[in-house]
Parts: sequence; structure tokens; C-alpha cells
Amino acid sequence: MWDFIVERREQIAYNTFQHFNLVVQAVVVATLIAVVLAVLVVGAPRLQGVANAISAIGLTIPSFALVGLLLPVFSIGAFTAFLAVAFYAVLPVLRNAVVGLQQVDPTLVESARGMGMSRLAVLWRIRLPLAWPVILAGVRISMQMSMGVAAIAAYVRGPGLGDYIFRGLASIGGANAVNYALVGTLGVVVVALIADALLLLLGRVTVPRGIRA
Amino acid sequence: MSTEHAMEPTSEESTAERAESQVSGAEIVLEDVVKQYPGQASPAVESLSLTIPAGEIVMFVGPSGCGKTTSLKMINRLIEPTSGTIRIDGEDARSQSENALRRKIGYVIQGGSLFPHLTVAKNIAIVPKLLGWDTRRVQERIDELLDLVGLDPAKYRDRYPRELSGGQQQRVGVARGLAADPPVLLMDEPFGAVDPITRQRLQDELLSIQRELRKTIVCVTHDIDEAIKLGDRILILKEGARVAQYDTPEVVLGAPADEFVEDFVGSGSSLKQLSLVRVSEVELHRPVTATVGEKVDDVRRRAEAAGERSVVLLDGRGRPVSWPWLRQLKGDSVVEPADELITIDQRATLNDALDTMLSSSHGGAVVTGDRDQYLGVVVFDAVTDHIRSLEEQAHE
Repeated sequence: MWDFIVERREQIAYNTFQHFNLVVQAVVVATLIAVVLAVLVVGAPRLQGVANAISAIGLTIPSFALVGLLLPVFSIGAFTAFLAVAFYAVLPVLRNAVVGLQQVDPTLVESARGMGMSRLAVLWRIRLPLAWPVILAGVRISMQMSMGVAAIAAYVRGPGLGDYIFRGLASIGGANAVNYALVGTLGVVVVALIADALLLLLGRVTVPRGIRA
Repeated sequence: MSTEHAMEPTSEESTAERAESQVSGAEIVLEDVVKQYPGQASPAVESLSLTIPAGEIVMFVGPSGCGKTTSLKMINRLIEPTSGTIRIDGEDARSQSENALRRKIGYVIQGGSLFPHLTVAKNIAIVPKLLGWDTRRVQERIDELLDLVGLDPAKYRDRYPRELSGGQQQRVGVARGLAADPPVLLMDEPFGAVDPITRQRLQDELLSIQRELRKTIVCVTHDIDEAIKLGDRILILKEGARVAQYDTPEVVLGAPADEFVEDFVGSGSSLKQLSLVRVSEVELHRPVTATVGEKVDDVRRRAEAAGERSVVLLDGRGRPVSWPWLRQLKGDSVVEPADELITIDQRATLNDALDTMLSSSHGGAVVTGDRDQYLGVVVFDAVTDHIRSLEEQAHE
């Protein structure tokens, strides 16, 4: 196996980076979408049930099935993979962002309004910073989940390590089948651990000491 | 810095003590103010008319649900009145945007309501920054305010709210309310979330700050004792924010307008009258004082010469820090003790003074003035003498 890795080290490194890249981009876009949706949802209590239901149902759709469903609409390639990953990535962040925003003490919001802060300033400077630790926890869940989804998205020729896994599974019994599958799987695990460590670091930097757990 | 008003200080007897301090508050006038919530049979506030004089503390009291908080929040338009006008310093509150209006009105609510993700300094800086003050002016103002509310700026500026006690949080809340030097300060149950001793100290401090600043303060409370102690005037409200009585504490206690007020203030109890007499009206005893760092032998000689068995110890800035017996003075020079001395402000009531005396081994309480400066000691005999003289006056 060592020889297998050494021989293909440049390609493996490239694919690993591509995997990381796909997931990070999808999660960043998903987080932005989820936070905007959460702000709208929290502002309109009637939408909250809808949002929760969508998050819950969305997570039950098998990712393989979703990738398949996206195929007729979008062509094979990286963009379709990105869409599939981003779709799943939105759901945990949305859920946590809604909870995080709801948990903000209403007296703090009233206090901020009473001091003459505009609604937008209250959102930006009070509500989102206070909800941030909870949102960030959602992002971590989302990132972990997206690592696996991105591997599956390789089915539509998405970039990343999924291709190794599929190649290994397709050639079972072949010379390098186990090596392909193992490199793909372990690669995903390593990328996931690195991404999680980076998110922890982000938390240390962006969550003020006053609300750190 | 302060909004200069070319107003004469009012010659109100309760605020005359420091006539030299300028009134920086503004008059608030409510005219036929109504708040009717849709879908409710009777209005939350049915036609409230009221004049709150500049530079006075007016306490809104009443049973829960009487509309006192609603009335307060209509002043800074957190609740929009259904009809009627509110004028602050002669200007209609609706003539400007709600945000502009609120930046000129301090707002302090229960527990201080500090933003937990911001440091003490950043909490205080919010309104000055909204008003576009430059950084240096904001920084100076933060230190000035922390000093005003009795917190050492160097020690507390960069702390987060959760690193403060309840009383300290409430102090920062008051500092934040005063940050941009607004003429009006609205307070909603400000001292509801702290223990009784802390509450008494916070009340004393508020009175001391008010002596200096002379803002117009409107404060909601459900505690009639707090209203009597803090208020230049008390507004007692019935359901629907109907005015039961609006007068000075002396009149409310001495001549309640009706049975409702009588029940509410619990009149007839002569002990309530103790809440009307301020410590400053009683003769203070002036025991021997010592300063931290002095030689113990010198202090002892001085005290013994005066026939005293204890001394009041002051720090370098003239603030009392402890009240030790002579036998407790040990070592070479006098050191500052670890535990805090419980003092009372000169505006504290005799009621508070008695409370504090009960927990003191000296049968007295150390009295402080502005910025915790030492004034003297109030002793039990002085209080009983004063009560006796009041009774004699009443008989004559």
C-alpha cells in the first residue's frame, strides 16, 4: 500500500486538496444561505415549523438519490457535485442558526433598540454575534457530513477523493481495489479531521471570551 | 460635554442641598396619552397626562399590570402611543426618528442587561459610537463613567459582564445609560435583580450620581419603599394607568389621596416615616480618622487622646475602607483590610441606616458623600433623638 501511495502521491495530494476545496466552498455558501434563511424564519414565527420540517425531511433524502435526481437537470461535473454538497450543508446550519437566534434574550434586543440601534445594527452587532457559537456548532456538523456527501458526489464526476472509492468498489478483486478504496476512505477521514480542527480554531478566534463555553 | 441648559436650579427643598449643580435634565410632558392594544377590551393606558419636571426623579409605582412599564416605554417610543403627545424639552417625541430620539434618552433595565459578548468598555461605548464620537473622546468618557459609578476603570474596563457581580453589572448598566450624557434617563425596575444590601447601595449611589448630574429620571418600580426613597415625586397608578396620586413622598405618606393609595403605601405605620428622613438631616458623629499607611502608634495615641476606642480608616482618596477597634490595629503601619466596609450614602434613609447599624458591631454606620468621600458616622442615639424630636413636633 505504501508503494501505491508513493507512486501516486501527487495525484492523491491533488485530489485530497480538491475534496477539501469542494467541501469548504459548499459549506461557506451553505452557511451564508442558512443564516439569511434563519434570520427570515425567526422574524416570521409561522415559517419556523416549515423550516424545521424541511431540515428534517431534507436530511432523510439519501445523498446518492439526490445526486441522481440532479443529473437530468444539471450536466455531469463539478457544479452538480457542488450543488448536492451545498444542499445538505445548508440543513444543519439552518437548524442551529434558527435555534441560536431564538435563544438570544429578548430583553437584550429590547435594550439595544432602546439605546437607538437600528434593526439591522441589532441583528449584526447583537443577535448574530450571540448566536454565533451555536451557528458555528452547526457548521461543524455540516462540514463533517459534507465530507461524506462529497465522496458520493464523485459519482457525477465531482472532484475529490470519492473517485478512488468508486474505482476501488468497481474493481473488487482487481490488483489495487483495496488500495483505492482505502486511500479514498482514509483520505476523507484525514481531510475531515483537518477541517474540524480549523473550525475549532475559527471558534477560538471569533467567539468572544464573554460568551465562550 | 453636558447639554447646557440655561435653567435655574429648582428651589425644591428635596434637591436644594447642592444648588450649585446645574440641572442637566429636560422636562417631559405627557398629554392625553393612550395605548390601546388591538383585540383588547380596555386600553393598557387610558389617557395619561403628566408633567415630569426637569432634573427630578419621578417614580412610577403600582400593582403589576397597571400600565407603568407601558407608560415608561412610550417615552422612548419602544411602545408607540395610540394617541396623545409626549414632549421632551418642549419637542414632540414624534418629530424625529425613533433611533435619534432614543440616543438622547438613557435606558436602563433590570440586571443592567449588558451584552455578554462585549466588554464593559464596549457596552458603555455603544451610544457614543452611534452618535459618531471619536475614539479618544469615547475612551475618556468610559473611564469617567466607570469612576462615577464607583468601578476602577483600569480594573473593569476590559472585563466581560459575566466576570462581574450582579451589583457591578447593574452599575455598568447605569454607566451605559448615562454614556452620551442624555438629559433623560428611563429605568425599568433597575434594582430588581440584586440582593437587598446591594440594592440599598445601588440606590444610594444613584442618588449620589443624581446630586451631581441632575438628570430627569423616570423609574418604574413595584417597591413602594424604593419609590419613597428615590423619588422626588411618586406617581401611583391604578389599572389602565389611571393616576391615583402624583406627589412628593411626604404628601403621599402623610395624606394619601384615597383608600387605594392608603392600601398601597401601607400608611399608618410610623416606621415608614423613617424612609422619609435622610441621613444628612441627622447630626453626624465624627470619630477619629486614620489614613492607610499611617503609623499604628500615632493613630492609637490620637484616638486615646480623644477617648475613642475605634477609628475610621480612609484610603488615599478619602474613602472609608474600614472601621476597626484599636485592639485590631496590628503591625507597624495601618493596612487596608481585605473585606469590604458597608457604608451608607448621605441620601440614604434612616431606615437604611438602621439596617446597616444592625449588622455593625459599632452600633453605627459610616456615611459617605459624593464619590464615596467620607463624611462621618451616624449612631443609633442620633436616630432615636431625631425620631423623638419629630414626635414632639407632631404633638405641638
